[in-house]
Amino acid sequence: MDTVQLTIDNKPIVVKKGTTILEAAKGIGIHIPTLCHMKLDDLNIENKPGGCRICIVEVQGRRNLAPACCTEVSDGMVVNSHSIRVVNARQTVMELILSDHPSDCLICPKSGNCDLQSLAHQLGIREIHYKGEQSTYREDTSPAIIRDIDKCIMCRRCEMMCNEVQTVGVLSAINRGFNAVVSPAFEMNLDHSVCTYCGQCVAVCPTGALTEVNHTSKVIRALSDPSKTVIVQTAPAVRAALGEEFGYEAGTLVTGKLVSALRRLGFDYVFDTDFAADLTIMEEGTELLNRLSKYLEGDKDVKLPILTSCCPAWVKFFEHQFPQMKEIPSTARSPQQMFGSIAKSYFAEKMNIKREDLVVVSIMPCVAKKYECGRDEFKVNGNPDVDYAVTTRELASLIKLANIEFTKLPDENFDNPLGESTGAGVIFGTTGGVIEAAVRTAYELYTKKSLPRLDFDELRGMEGIRHATIDFNGFPLNIGIAHGLGNARKLLEKIEAGESEFHAIEIMSCPGGCIGGGGQPYHHGNAEILKKRQMAIYREDKNKTLRKSHENPYIIKLYEEYLGKPMSEKAHSLLHTEYFDRT
Amino acid sequence: MPKIKLSENTVNQIKEVCTEFNNKEGELINVLHKVQKKLGYLPAEVQEVIAKELNASVAKVYGVVTFYSFFSMIPKGEFPISICMGTACYVRGAEQVLSEFKRQLKVEVGESTGDGKFSLNCLRCVGACGLAPVVMVGEKVYGRVAPSQVKEIIKEYQEGCPSGNAKTA
Repeated sequence: MDTVQLTIDNKPIVVKKGTTILEAAKGIGIHIPTLCHMKLDDLNIENKPGGCRICIVEVQGRRNLAPACCTEVSDGMVVNSHSIRVVNARQTVMELILSDHPSDCLICPKSGNCDLQSLAHQLGIREIHYKGEQSTYREDTSPAIIRDIDKCIMCRRCEMMCNEVQTVGVLSAINRGFNAVVSPAFEMNLDHSVCTYCGQCVAVCPTGALTEVNHTSKVIRALSDPSKTVIVQTAPAVRAALGEEFGYEAGTLVTGKLVSALRRLGFDYVFDTDFAADLTIMEEGTELLNRLSKYLEGDKDVKLPILTSCCPAWVKFFEHQFPQMKEIPSTARSPQQMFGSIAKSYFAEKMNIKREDLVVVSIMPCVAKKYECGRDEFKVNGNPDVDYAVTTRELASLIKLANIEFTKLPDENFDNPLGESTGAGVIFGTTGGVIEAAVRTAYELYTKKSLPRLDFDELRGMEGIRHATIDFNGFPLNIGIAHGLGNARKLLEKIEAGESEFHAIEIMSCPGGCIGGGGQPYHHGNAEILKKRQMAIYREDKNKTLRKSHENPYIIKLYEEYLGKPMSEKAHSLLHTEYFDRT
Repeated sequence: MPKIKLSENTVNQIKEVCTEFNNKEGELINVLHKVQKKLGYLPAEVQEVIAKELNASVAKVYGVVTFYSFFSMIPKGEFPISICMGTACYVRGAEQVLSEFKRQLKVEVGESTGDGKFSLNCLRCVGACGLAPVVMVGEKVYGRVAPSQVKEIIKEYQEGCPSGNAKTA
């Protein structure tokens, strides 16, 4: 017997054996409230420690209440999801959780986006009857992430992301009972740990326990300083998600309004990281072809596969976990850093602005970008190429702060010369996009032929590890794609064991790629949102007249006027980097 | 936390224990037990070796070590004293017994005496509730301990090891 009959709230239902009460109820439109539970469909990500007890329901004939998230249905089961007993117990559980939680919602960075807050509201909590001691813990501030453990409710979502999905293994529950907290080993601070700052813990934290380091006040200060020229770049994934903060349906592209808003905030030039993404393709694509032709000439020492290097969390991951392989990734800097470097050299010279008077702000879907722009190798005499990286969420708060009515803004265009981009630059925002963009350019440079098609459906999707073979004029180029660091680890272990047949591999740390970045509007466990953002990215690509990086006229001009050719000495010093052993 | 350097011999000892349990992550608690028995305690560096050998994260190993009161990250005294704080022992006066040990030895819970002879710890239920309150010195169990007997117990060990196997490791 593979199916089970039961009733939930008097509604009869037939479901597959092994289904939980929670899933069965969801199937008939009954949403049992949850807190610690989180499931991202299609990404194989689920957290169900059964710890919070918010999802308890009454099962006829069962002595105690059952946690719906981890109780499987059985034949003839009669479930009541909101009997008086259930509602009372749920409120009690909530009050007990709140009794050890600060009540500073008004000034909490998570206010308005907090699952705990909205659940307390939904459950109608007006008083906390349990006055007792509150646990306190020191605050831990790293270059990208802040841990405010007083607000932790021990849902263990961060721990699941950090260990099972990302296999980084920084966060674990430690100590016991009232003293239990989620912490790195030996209670060290994050910046001493092997944390990659991918921010997936921040993305799933239901409360204000894990948040990004906020740089909005620094940006405001720069914008109001008359002696500074402040320019901004926005990453591809931002335009596919920012709208959610202003009530738009997930997957709505708001590129034009985003540009408008940035101009109204007072940025002197509104540029696009997509431009730098096109530049990345020129460098990384050339590097791939160089390594490939050496390989085809029989050079045994050439390092293949080449791995992408756009993602700062991924870079930090292999520097900690696979330092012996640090020669394999492309030496190309990430688009954020390429942009900063070109802005503070080419653009500054062109506009006759002194380096120290030029402030480069980037809008990123990512919290690791905050860490990346602070890395020493991306500074000249202590002055960083990118001064501040703010997340999509921080940008939304800046727009609200400046009384800008986002939905009423006209659509505007990016400034030039660093604002023009192709569809190839846009798709950097999703898993599979960087390698697709690279293929579009590398193919034409290698075969000297025009691509018969531009959409590589075989590289797209949400599967954790994907592979495809692209025919490069008779040479089968084997491509691998991984998103989520756990999947990246699997590919790296294969390479290390000499079992990899790939020539090029794209890696993004966050599930879904940058569209699912740790700095994006919170998805609250709804993976549909990520898929809609991904579709929006491909739509934006399709709408572009130019869809191949090497056809971007401003990229061509940049090489003619300034860099020479890809991988030239100048390009090397401005656009490439090296990696460090961090063990 | 001051870093200590493990000798090659110690590292090999740890690795041996891990191999004995097939380097399985699921055997973490058993590995920790055995290593603590050998070395007396589980400092950070030891946990790092174990994590590497079992292919587990150090955070996880540390999480387990800090969850169970049996595991210790500081060296235990020659004669580790444990006072049971389980419900039965507690209601029958374990706390007074503990205060008396603290007063006599001039140490807090989790600390060792300056001469390294005694360390003081609490534990949860040794399964001898009928004898509550229970005190253990090494592996020797003392039942129905009254605060007035504390001085006597300490004295037994100050004069040397009286009954065989109280010593650890």
